Amino acid sequence: MGVTAIEKILARNSGLARVRPGDIVTTKVETAILFDNNFMETSWREILHVHDPAKIVVVFDHRTPASHVLSAKAHQTGRAFVKQFGVERFHDIGFQQGISRALVADHGYGLPGTVLLCSDSHTCSAGVFNLAARGVGAPDMTYAVAKGETWFRVGETIRYDLCGALRPGVSAKDVFLHLANTHGDHATMNVEYGGPALGGLSMNARRTISTMSAELSVEFATFEPDQIMIDHVQARTDAPFEPVWPGTNADYADKRVIDLNLIEPLVALPDAVLNNARVVGDVAGTDIDQAFIGSCANGSLDDLAVAARVLAGRRVADGTRLVVTPATQSIYRAAMAEGYIQTIVEAGGVVTNATCGACGGGSMGLLGPGEICITASTRNFKGRMGDAAARIYMASPATVAASAIAGVIASPMDYFT
Amino acid sequence: MNGLFNDQISGRVWVVGDDINTDLILPIQAYYLPVEQQPAWVFSANRPGWSGDVGQGDILVAGRIFGVGSSRPAARSLKNLGLACLLADSINGLFYRNAINFAFPALEAPGATALFKEGDRAEISFEAARIANPASGKTLDGVPMPAQLLAILQAGGIYSLLQSENLIR
Repeated sequence: MGVTAIEKILARNSGLARVRPGDIVTTKVETAILFDNNFMETSWREILHVHDPAKIVVVFDHRTPASHVLSAKAHQTGRAFVKQFGVERFHDIGFQQGISRALVADHGYGLPGTVLLCSDSHTCSAGVFNLAARGVGAPDMTYAVAKGETWFRVGETIRYDLCGALRPGVSAKDVFLHLANTHGDHATMNVEYGGPALGGLSMNARRTISTMSAELSVEFATFEPDQIMIDHVQARTDAPFEPVWPGTNADYADKRVIDLNLIEPLVALPDAVLNNARVVGDVAGTDIDQAFIGSCANGSLDDLAVAARVLAGRRVADGTRLVVTPATQSIYRAAMAEGYIQTIVEAGGVVTNATCGACGGGSMGLLGPGEICITASTRNFKGRMGDAAARIYMASPATVAASAIAGVIASPMDYFT
Repeated sequence: MNGLFNDQISGRVWVVGDDINTDLILPIQAYYLPVEQQPAWVFSANRPGWSGDVGQGDILVAGRIFGVGSSRPAARSLKNLGLACLLADSINGLFYRNAINFAFPALEAPGATALFKEGDRAEISFEAARIANPASGKTLDGVPMPAQLLAILQAGGIYSLLQSENLIR
């Protein structure tokens, strides 16, 4: 039987002719991304030797600007590390600030066919660029930075072929929620995305799906390459790369087709992502206190464009707060140039600087006891965005924007006719 | 082996369900606290007070995708809480890596939650992944931890290895 894309990538980077499910392989790490939490004093172990500073990227994204003295100290430690080892790819607070997963996309840090590690769990996001990208813990990052390699457990792969096209008002977030609702968790397995619908999905839309795949509990989420992806990376880096296509007759654990024409706006109910979504009509009318659009999954220029389209000429409902967080300052600037920021602010939305922000409940936009939020971000886990007694619904940016205007959960479809 | 790792593990069982995520194990509020204070917050949102009831050497039995969520050092909190081992129907891959790296014994054992009820004793041969409930007489074969990964666990975690090579302080 043939080999899946991720098996080929892992084989190539471990110097093996072939890897199989169940193998433990040691691979070189082409890109190792450290972020501000790594440098917090409760996590950081001083690294005395770095394998190769040119393989390292340092990003401050989770708590920027510093939300606590602990974060400020972590940033100081990070800056000292960057200086000590001469790390050139450094995204401090300021012009180049942003969430690491979005910066990988903006700067072409994810080279097709390679291995990328970061200790953010949504690092599988970069799998959209046809690479082995994995979130690991701080200990694994320390090891990879010091030694230039890591280990992986090779899992079986499920292939998803996307066909058809999304209806206006329906987004990649809805595709993911549909998949998570239909197929549940994929523990110890990989997912591979491809199919004729890819060409109709922007890189931002595809990246929403790859990023959210962390919630499926996958080992890797990898997209089949196409010219749109290759052009995207080539426009951003001079580094050579070699994309990887799955072999013919690749040995998948299962092959599944998702027809985008049939997807409708979905809302995940509080506390769990998997097997927990309803069509928006089932929860329409639910009171909300806060609406959030942002994160590595939904802070792209496309997401801000959708929010602006829904909000244009309208106002956020009295008693409802709308917080919007671009994923990078670069996206923020582009959104200013397009007029999206103006539109969102005039509608009563609060636009923050680029950061993980409210998604992780770490720095701002927190929820109080009993408050209800609808979020276009990565997770709706109990307690994630503030108090444990808050309730978090999760949906697309369009649904969140429509809900902010209504002051209750609402369908976005009327804005896209 | 540094003597800290014990292959034969037995202890009192606590049972939790599916989808136990890292926000439940290490809530964001606890992330800012000193490491030694973090274990008291384990399951504070879904099982208030539980962390105070856990005894040294107890065993946590969980359902599917235990530890799904963030890269935060949630496994360290479970280890520092005194738990001797995790058995789960399935374990999130990132959490599994952290468990190994923080030297917290964790075994994937489909069927684990069906084998035990809370308060039972579990007897585990870790390397062989053999699990027994002496009260019911039932046994279960889990998924043995691959040898390369078991070596990291037995060495006391990945920081111990890096420290022994003078790569970190």
